[in-house]
Amino acid sequence: MSDLAGVSSTLLYAAFLLYLVATFLFGGSIRQKGLRDGEGLNRWGRLGITVTIVGFAAQLGYFFTRWAAAGHAPVSNLFEFTTFFGMMIVGAFILIFFIYKTVVLGLFALPIAIIIIAYASMFPSEISPLIPALQSDWLHIHVTTAAAGQGILAISFIAGIIYLVKNIDQSVSTKKTKWLEAVMFFIVSVVAFILITSGFALADYKAEFEYVNKEDVAAQQEFTLPALVGPNEGTLLTEGKMEPLADMPAFINAKKLNTVLWSLAGGVILYGLIRLVTRKRVAALLQPLVQNVSSDLLDEISYRSVLIGFPVFTLGALIFAMIWAQIAWTRFWGWDPKEVWALITFLFYAAFLHLRLSKGWHGERSAWLAVIGFGIIMFNLVAVNLVIAGLHSYA
Amino acid sequence: MDKKKKRLYMRTAILAVLAGLVVYALYTNVTKESRGNLAAGEKAPDFVLTDLNGETHQLSDYEGKGVFLNFWGTWCEPCKEEMPHMEKLAKEYEGQVEILAVNVGESNFQVNNFAKQYGLTFPIAIDSGKEVMDTYGVDPLPTTFMIKPDGTIDQIVIGGLIQEEQVRALFERVKPSS
Amino acid sequence: MGKVKCECGHVNPNGTILCESCGRALTEKAKQEKLVDMRYEGSARRSQTYNKTIIDKVWNFFSSVKVGIWIIVLLLVAASFGTILPQEFYIPSNMPAETYYEDVYGVFGKIYYMIGFHDLYNSIWFSALIAALGVSLVIASLDRVIPLYRALKNQRVDRHETFMKKQRLFAEQEGVLQRGEMEKVRTELMKKRYKIREENGSLLAEKNRFSRWGPYVNHVGLIIFLFGALLRSVPGMYIDELLWIREGETLQVPGTDGAYYVKNNGFTLENYEEGEDPEVFDEAIDRVGTVAKNYQTDAVLYRDANNELPGADPELTEVQTESIQVNQPMKFDSFAVYQTSFRQDEMKAMHFALTNKETGEEFGGIVVDLFDQQESYDLGSGYKVELRGYYPDFDGFSESGEPTSKSPLPNNPAFLFNMITPETPDGEVSFAQIRNTMEPLGENEYKMAFKNLETRDVSALTIRKDLTLPILALGGIIFMIGVIQGAYWNHRRLWIREKEGHIYVAGHTNKNWHGLKREIHSVLNGTAIPEPEDRQKD
Repeated sequence: MSDLAGVSSTLLYAAFLLYLVATFLFGGSIRQKGLRDGEGLNRWGRLGITVTIVGFAAQLGYFFTRWAAAGHAPVSNLFEFTTFFGMMIVGAFILIFFIYKTVVLGLFALPIAIIIIAYASMFPSEISPLIPALQSDWLHIHVTTAAAGQGILAISFIAGIIYLVKNIDQSVSTKKTKWLEAVMFFIVSVVAFILITSGFALADYKAEFEYVNKEDVAAQQEFTLPALVGPNEGTLLTEGKMEPLADMPAFINAKKLNTVLWSLAGGVILYGLIRLVTRKRVAALLQPLVQNVSSDLLDEISYRSVLIGFPVFTLGALIFAMIWAQIAWTRFWGWDPKEVWALITFLFYAAFLHLRLSKGWHGERSAWLAVIGFGIIMFNLVAVNLVIAGLHSYA
Repeated sequence: MDKKKKRLYMRTAILAVLAGLVVYALYTNVTKESRGNLAAGEKAPDFVLTDLNGETHQLSDYEGKGVFLNFWGTWCEPCKEEMPHMEKLAKEYEGQVEILAVNVGESNFQVNNFAKQYGLTFPIAIDSGKEVMDTYGVDPLPTTFMIKPDGTIDQIVIGGLIQEEQVRALFERVKPSS
Repeated sequence: MGKVKCECGHVNPNGTILCESCGRALTEKAKQEKLVDMRYEGSARRSQTYNKTIIDKVWNFFSSVKVGIWIIVLLLVAASFGTILPQEFYIPSNMPAETYYEDVYGVFGKIYYMIGFHDLYNSIWFSALIAALGVSLVIASLDRVIPLYRALKNQRVDRHETFMKKQRLFAEQEGVLQRGEMEKVRTELMKKRYKIREENGSLLAEKNRFSRWGPYVNHVGLIIFLFGALLRSVPGMYIDELLWIREGETLQVPGTDGAYYVKNNGFTLENYEEGEDPEVFDEAIDRVGTVAKNYQTDAVLYRDANNELPGADPELTEVQTESIQVNQPMKFDSFAVYQTSFRQDEMKAMHFALTNKETGEEFGGIVVDLFDQQESYDLGSGYKVELRGYYPDFDGFSESGEPTSKSPLPNNPAFLFNMITPETPDGEVSFAQIRNTMEPLGENEYKMAFKNLETRDVSALTIRKDLTLPILALGGIIFMIGVIQGAYWNHRRLWIREKEGHIYVAGHTNKNWHGLKREIHSVLNGTAIPEPEDRQKD
């Protein structure tokens, strides 16, 4: 049994490395334009997509061996779900790639998937048994479909961001360049979070605090990053670790806030370094990579991904979710934060489609909307699970 | 233009239907808290219970008399306070207003003990499955339903009746006009 | 208000932008634009044609897509506010909302509560927003579906060249159409499942027109869904009750008007155990502590033949026996009974022994059922215990010295016993609790020694009936069909026309231009017919 689990993690690791390799291969092939019929991919591009597919197959291997080891599909906690989401982004990319044969998409989609899978591995990754509420086939049906929908919608974001990198004039500083940099900063912060968390985990940093929780009861909390902010009336129990600079009130989860602060600080430093060394905006750095792709094609890919992903998302995240909620939680809808944010995602993309169809929001506006949509999806994945407590907080 | 008029009527009709639905939706939303609760003026739901002496009491048998339907528990302090007034007035209004004290599902021992302690002689029944209590939507104790001779609810009193005069006033309201 | 007659002779409704038949631009604006706006085929939206009475104004307001988008955006923003702090129905039920938000979240919590965001989704204004969305869905759909149907039905094969020139995909070339080439084009188009119409040497190839109806179908689905949700408040459609039931108890199923009873034959809570469950879980169990595996109530459902009056003795016949688990509700009629919650180890009975304080000798034990006490317990040979009082949730003595109970639940049971023995025929009074005995009337020779406690679990079952579910399901299915129909197919058209020595080719699709271009390329490849170019390219 545990052998199978071992094989499974090896396969995930292999997939991660293969995606990394594929990114560089796509990097090598970007000289080629978005293709029309009859034109073949160049050698780099062919290699890139092949390696991506091998990586995807490896990750599928991870998924099914872990399923076999656990007895249930590995989509039951944050590590498993986020990993699966990363896999769905790659899957959606492969699908869209075969429709549009655009290599530059891979150059952006794979790093995003890599970051997401790395982010997933920051959560406890052991195989966990299913609590009663999760013991249902609907777990597999609902979660996989929802993640697939989100993965396809993520491609819309990727096409959108490429569109913006390509089309926003970087010769002057405008509101647009600032917002685009904000997106870049966010991505850099996630990378910083991964680096910092992994670093302190390698150093085995642990600081135990005793504090008073929001029910006025004494509780303990273990920090795995040095505490910039400490819990309510907290006292440090582990010797020789950093004392917090400030205590937080009881209703704020100091550990999570601390992680956010570290990520932002790390993000500022990392982003600042990039700017200092290159003397350019991050988007301006990326701009040369995307010069050869047609904006019109990007717009179409972005829109098409929403068209493909929206029904899948609705089916998985709303309809299947409601069916399961009726069975497990006695009601199909209960305004749980995760439910609400799935509805918000649905409404947002509905507005997106209406704006496009009726108000003619093409090109840049559409690209911004795709970026915001992905922001909502990520908010639902990250913030709603970690910050807003609800029925879906399984990790 | 005839066609234009027709269209206007059509639109008016559709909008009226939609407006009706919206008003209904908002109305039910506002009133959903109180939905299903009994109110003064409504018919008191019939029920049947067996008292401590083994006699059955069906509410509809009391038609023609006023009924003081009291829901209580042995642990409830205000219930204890109103019991002596009830005992006194039950005798005074005999034949005119009947008291039916429904205990909300405690043990026979507790209820008997309580009745003995307070010297209660009016009928006391135990609603062991809380069925009558649920039917009447009783939440805080004590709750008293004053039922008129015609079987409709005259008043619902939530909370203890501390003064004898309060109880007397209630009795007066539901006693049959001879 | 007049009709608009096109040069081709077709009479169009007022407000039409492109002639329904030949496609000529009818308005000045449309004539000047480089590319035509093909939404609704340039037909007149009903609401745009009149704007006179209040009815028309209201109608036009809700018909507008712009208003619809605003409603969607307002809804999503409003919905997000409700997730900032937990909603009222998710806060601990023993804390009043008035103080909970301020206590836990400080001033922000107080404001949140004061503006009513603690119960946002039940607020009247949120309901009004949803209602506005419903109205907008109905009117906007009604307003567009008929004109679109007319325009698609009336379209001519030989569209006017100005119409073709203003299409996004267009080519013009001098020349004439060759019979053989046209034949080839036709076969290619047929292979790609196009429907072909030809008139006066012009060709119109069209496919997947049905995808144009996708938006209307999905809007109908949403309308049915919202209507179903509205029906919930109709009496009898929806029941949601909670039943706390102790092990061994048989209780009426609330919401069934006394027709059904349920018995709790036992509640089970299982956790995952290392060693018992698959080894792969060990690490997770180690980290978290305990992980629940199963919550289960073994239930028996009875039908009551004597259910006309509440309080009447039931006459029960067994209907079904089932183990209710999370994710496995028990179903009967249109009801479902769910395992929702539980409370473990509620006290059920207490064992005492009548004991001589000095010698420690015991003269028999008694068992007091906390839900059904006896007045006296005879131990034989002159030993007897009388129960003088029972206080299930003892919390001290009143001013008159009487023990009081703060609830009917056996949370802290206390007893007033009178112990009768051959030595003390009048009895000695003892006030007994689990850990404590008191002797209120002076020193005793005997005591009631607490021996043992029997407990049982209490299970919470949710009883639910929701007759709106089939309607909601129907709405959901129709919505999905509509969305898929509109998103996964696209309405493609190709016009080829020869006029005065010129060949005109134009293509249109409602989405996925890339696909259309590829398709046209493979159809026209190798012919002299010019391949239309995309004129919206950057």
